[in-house]
Amino acid sequence: MTALLELRDVHARYGPVNALHGVSLTVDEGEIVAVLGANGAGKTTTLRAISNTVHRDGEIRFAGNALRGGPEAVARLGVAHVPEGRGTFAELTVWENLRLGAYTRRGNLKDDFARVGAYFPWLEDRRYQQAGTLSGGEQQMLALARAFMQRPRLLLLDEPSLGLAPLLVTEVFRIVKELNENEGVTVLVVEQNAHIALQLAQTAYVLEVGRVALSGPSADLQQHESVRRSYLGY
Amino acid sequence: MRRNAPALVAVALAALFFALLPFGLSDYHRGLAASVAVYLIAVLGLNVLTGYTGQISIGHSAFMAIGGYTTAIMSHYHNTNLILTLPLAFAITFGCGVLVGLPALRLSGVYLALATFALAVSIPQLPLKFSTFTGGSAGISTSKSVSNSWLYGVSWSTAAIAFLFTWLVLRGRTGRAFRAIRDSEVAATSSGVTLAIYKTLAFGVSAALAGVAGSLFVLATNGFAQPNEFSVTLSLKILVGAAVAGLGSLWGVLLGAAFIALLPTLSASAPVIGSAHGQDVVFGLFVIVVMILLPTGVAGLIPRLRRLRAKA
Amino acid sequence: MVELVRKLPLPQRRLPASPVLLLLVAACIFLTVGSLRSTIFAQLTVAGVATGVVFGSLALALVLIYRATEVINFAQGEMAMAMVYVAYQLTLWGLSYWEAFFLTLAIAFVFGVVTQQVFIRPVQGRSVIAVVIVTVGLFILIDGLVEWKWSANQRFMQAPFGNKIYHVGSVPIARQDIGTIAITLVSVSALWAFFRFTKLGLGMRAGALRPAAARLVGVRTNALLAVGWGLAAVLGAVAGLMTEPAEYVLQPTLMQPVLLYAFAAAVLGGLESPGGALVGGIALGIFLNLVGQYVHFVGSVLQLPIAFAALLLVLLVKPTGLFGHRAVRKV
Repeated sequence: MTALLELRDVHARYGPVNALHGVSLTVDEGEIVAVLGANGAGKTTTLRAISNTVHRDGEIRFAGNALRGGPEAVARLGVAHVPEGRGTFAELTVWENLRLGAYTRRGNLKDDFARVGAYFPWLEDRRYQQAGTLSGGEQQMLALARAFMQRPRLLLLDEPSLGLAPLLVTEVFRIVKELNENEGVTVLVVEQNAHIALQLAQTAYVLEVGRVALSGPSADLQQHESVRRSYLGY
Repeated sequence: MRRNAPALVAVALAALFFALLPFGLSDYHRGLAASVAVYLIAVLGLNVLTGYTGQISIGHSAFMAIGGYTTAIMSHYHNTNLILTLPLAFAITFGCGVLVGLPALRLSGVYLALATFALAVSIPQLPLKFSTFTGGSAGISTSKSVSNSWLYGVSWSTAAIAFLFTWLVLRGRTGRAFRAIRDSEVAATSSGVTLAIYKTLAFGVSAALAGVAGSLFVLATNGFAQPNEFSVTLSLKILVGAAVAGLGSLWGVLLGAAFIALLPTLSASAPVIGSAHGQDVVFGLFVIVVMILLPTGVAGLIPRLRRLRAKA
Repeated sequence: MVELVRKLPLPQRRLPASPVLLLLVAACIFLTVGSLRSTIFAQLTVAGVATGVVFGSLALALVLIYRATEVINFAQGEMAMAMVYVAYQLTLWGLSYWEAFFLTLAIAFVFGVVTQQVFIRPVQGRSVIAVVIVTVGLFILIDGLVEWKWSANQRFMQAPFGNKIYHVGSVPIARQDIGTIAITLVSVSALWAFFRFTKLGLGMRAGALRPAAARLVGVRTNALLAVGWGLAAVLGAVAGLMTEPAEYVLQPTLMQPVLLYAFAAAVLGGLESPGGALVGGIALGIFLNLVGQYVHFVGSVLQLPIAFAALLLVLLVKPTGLFGHRAVRKV
């Protein structure tokens, strides 16, 4: 399995405040990797370091090449980052949001819209609805659909379960799994809901105060003493 | 007091410098130096409003016009002592400032800027309408004219008083309230700052200073108050001066005032383009370059230098 | 860097509030009735639309830049004026009016892009005041350059539509006015179509609304900002080229009053609303003509203050302009 994404000793900071102190992780092609940790552990910052929306140092390689340039360049290389707050363009319509997802793609988008319609059939009716008027769950789905329109190689998801009812969380993660299995999208998901994240992902990393405290296959981590106590609640 | 020792020494030296300066200057240059003081008071006023409470105003030329016309009219019709017209202008424009500040409470940001801009555009037209009383476009003049030395003395003394006054106001509770308002109105209110009072007060003080500057401005231009002297470009000039000075701090105002007072005249002798047009081109370029290099103005240099020193 | 939400999503589509709509409908009815009853009224109204549409065009340029960068470009009028001089020079060099017109629009686009890249980009991220002052500096600079090259003497450019006057019923309507309205509406519609239907236009809208999110989907916000300035410059050039015939002469102060009225129109409409800017401009144009004629106190001297007094009144009632939204800030 080739590594699609590699982080080696990555530091990141917000102005003078250091948030990551040398994080290293690997995501293999076709995998789903979860990043867990408490609030402020640096999970979101890790994703931001990848899409280069935060000041960072260290080595980040994507498909073997150094990942450089601003977020636009990173997106063009095939990385879709669904940020905290979903990055929905609330003032624009559902259709316009999807169209923006495909901004980096050329050519006819009919097939892409059809595929998205297959995963999110309800979107078709809501084409011209203002995106900001969708419910939280619907917006999360829209964010996924938008990311999928980009046909990315790597999908970065920042806390997709945030603010969603448990039933919706299950639904969202089901779709992510489908995208991974059927479309071959590699996923790096940051989550506070360790339980469901560990069920979805094959590998997981646990961050504490900007460093990798634990890592390994999900099955192992699920059994790990401190993980169970701190994040799984038993 | 001990901590401020170097600052006090600097101030004393500056006072000495300005007191002795006119003796070393030609009459023409004394007039020029006086104009720096005039702009200093205006820039000070704008800084109080925009730098300290965050209310943007492009209308200060209107207040200057009111102050200037007050001086001219009082002197022309009632032969009032010229120096007495200064506190009179101060009081009248303070009132006008409060009058403007009250409705301004409803506006914010760009809308406030444009509303004050509207003021700056409209006020100079009024003397044209009531031309029998105000002399119309030809303007109205004071009954006495003054020498450049007199002008230098009065304007710099007034500038010193204005600076002291502003410094005292901004030092205490009022200054803290102003700064709180600039940083976050919501936070300020929840800390007990009555927005309406302080914001209106800021407008009043700011306008009053501009009014005094306007009076001196009229005295500096042969005692003539004319509508086209107080156009919107004057307001923009003051804004440039305040931005170059650095908003939110008093230390740069001297340089900011010097920038707008002296640079246009100095650029007139620019060899590159020649005559009057060179003045605009050079001045315009300077404004742009200064803003690119010092976006927080001269006053912003001090924290920047401190940070550099801390790093080293 | 937590992205601060600039606006909360609105539960309804972006139509102006009902009282404003009612006001507009009432105004239209008033104008129609007045025009039917008085020839002068009708003439003034049509002429007012022509001047108003020019205000609206420049106002639109201001709104375009404001939406993208939260900055008021004080140099917009002077940039437009400089482009008119460029067109003038092109006609002196032998081009026909319309050849010069379209070439000038292309030059204006480049001018706008270059201005943004050279002068605005260095200060963009730092502080709004700094950018505004840079535009003030540009105002002064462009003024100086134009006066240097062409001097402040008055010049004459051929009128694009001639001096013919048509008569609809007994109402005289200048061909120039019709031409102005047509050209401006065409350019505004073209711009609207660009924003509504093209990918680039969508990218620009997204970049103006949520720059961080737009960058994540691959929108090159910096480059598009330059495009925005280019388009604004083109709109300004159209406004300038349509102002010149109305003023009969070309001189460096050409666009200064227009800029003032454009500011008023933009704020009247609400700075975030392109439609509002156009409507505001037209309303202002008609208002000025009618007030100048029927309210004797005003005459020509107080035209400018009256316009701004009206603006201030509107702002007191609706502080974000007729079509503007109250931006809710997260604390």
